[in-house]
Amino acid sequence: MSTTTGDSKQRISMLKVLNPFHIWALGVGIVLVGEFMGWNFSVAKGGAYGSLIACWVIGLLYTCVAMIDSEVTSTVAAAGGQYTQAKHIIGPLMAFNVGLYLVMAYTMLEAADALVVGDLMKSGAEALGHAGLDTKPFVVLTIAFLAWLNYRGVFTTLTLNFVITFVAFIAILVLFLAVEPANPGAVLKHKELLTDLPYGWIGVVASLQFGMWYYLGIEGTCQAAEEVRSAGRAIPLGTMGGMMTLLVAASLTWYICAGLMPWQYLGQAVTPLYDAGTLVGSTKLQLLLFVATAFAAIASANGCINDASRAWFSLGRDRYMPVFFGAIHPKYRTPYRSIIFLVPIAVSFAFTGLLDQVITFSILSGLLGYTFMSINIVKFRKMWPLGSIHRGYIHPFHPLPAITLLILCSATYFATFLGYGTSLLSILAFYIVASIWFSVRRYKFVKRADQFTMPWPRPKGY
Amino acid sequence: MDLWDVLSQAAWVVSAALLIWIVKDAISVSQQYDEEFLMSSREGDE
Repeated sequence: MSTTTGDSKQRISMLKVLNPFHIWALGVGIVLVGEFMGWNFSVAKGGAYGSLIACWVIGLLYTCVAMIDSEVTSTVAAAGGQYTQAKHIIGPLMAFNVGLYLVMAYTMLEAADALVVGDLMKSGAEALGHAGLDTKPFVVLTIAFLAWLNYRGVFTTLTLNFVITFVAFIAILVLFLAVEPANPGAVLKHKELLTDLPYGWIGVVASLQFGMWYYLGIEGTCQAAEEVRSAGRAIPLGTMGGMMTLLVAASLTWYICAGLMPWQYLGQAVTPLYDAGTLVGSTKLQLLLFVATAFAAIASANGCINDASRAWFSLGRDRYMPVFFGAIHPKYRTPYRSIIFLVPIAVSFAFTGLLDQVITFSILSGLLGYTFMSINIVKFRKMWPLGSIHRGYIHPFHPLPAITLLILCSATYFATFLGYGTSLLSILAFYIVASIWFSVRRYKFVKRADQFTMPWPRPKGY
Repeated sequence: MDLWDVLSQAAWVVSAALLIWIVKDAISVSQQYDEEFLMSSREGDE
């Protein structure tokens, strides 16, 4: 149950039971729901081609995120992911903010996923003749069941995520085969449906914000760094494998939907892949897509609970938040108090019913985190150059990915400002107030010498 | 009361049961184990 250390004091730790498949399931599981809904709002901004450009440009942004994250996490093998990286490489205030971005991004995404499950139940009931079903009990059940699962152990939690994420991914492949891609014009009508950019290039820029739905959350893989058997191998393999899966899934999703629906409809559809399944005319396919949409939402909520609780736990363990949250369950070896604490918060977000606002807050928190990563990797390579510490993975072409990431993040901020300027300013104000609170009231409780745990040599120049 | 109303009621009951189980277990762990032990994990411990 516990390890015995040199000072013969009994210590508890999380179980190291995960492999690269679990990491893949965590990353892709959180994201894949974005293929089933949400990505298509980029079509409303930039047309079908604008959405495809956003898909690949934002794909490049996330490829940079995945490469940078894989390198740093392969050396900082600790729960908390980017929070722990920021703590070691930049400093406490950045770490606090990054920790908060993570908790907010994942808890809000979890709430949005639970809302989707509730809405699917309502649609299912309507299709079977029961109108006006109350979604609240199903929203709460989704959060309660997944919190219970997460509480009882990470292995079962992420094994379930692997199964349901795999089914959801296969559903996209089955739909792709069903639309006869080798026979253009038979089912898919790209020639008739694809138009020029309806709002020009400014529309393409505006669509970047919703292009993030294709990949939002893949960086969550590094939250599992303390629970994998080999962080240096599993995190890069799972993350990069996940990124490849998502690039394929995103491109197929666009190809199928853009060939079946006019951009004016696609840009405002609630469940575009399910609609595509319906348009093909097969009841079995329609049912498969309905189940896959539900599985994708559940897998996303499940991964989000896992990640948000690890980030909150890490903040507690370092006393950035009350140390009470830094406890590990002696039997299940999970951060159980953090899991429980975040349940009412997720339910509260979900009960607002404001899916748009909740998701925007989540996307912006993620974007702030990616901006941090571009600065973080430059500082990391400068302080600990190649060869000074062991890296499980070294990303190529440094500093090109970092520069690309920073440029693309700036473009996405601009895109967000065009559509959600007030939300962008509100969230920035929230994090500024939180930073002042941390500096003035909280940092005095942090045991400064205890928080730097990596057995690294003194950084270059210090 | 049709099937969907029954399912809604069941969802509330199961949710409550799961959450009560979690909270009860957390309280019992806190009573059985020393706080220092529960919070003794170190970042990156092997």
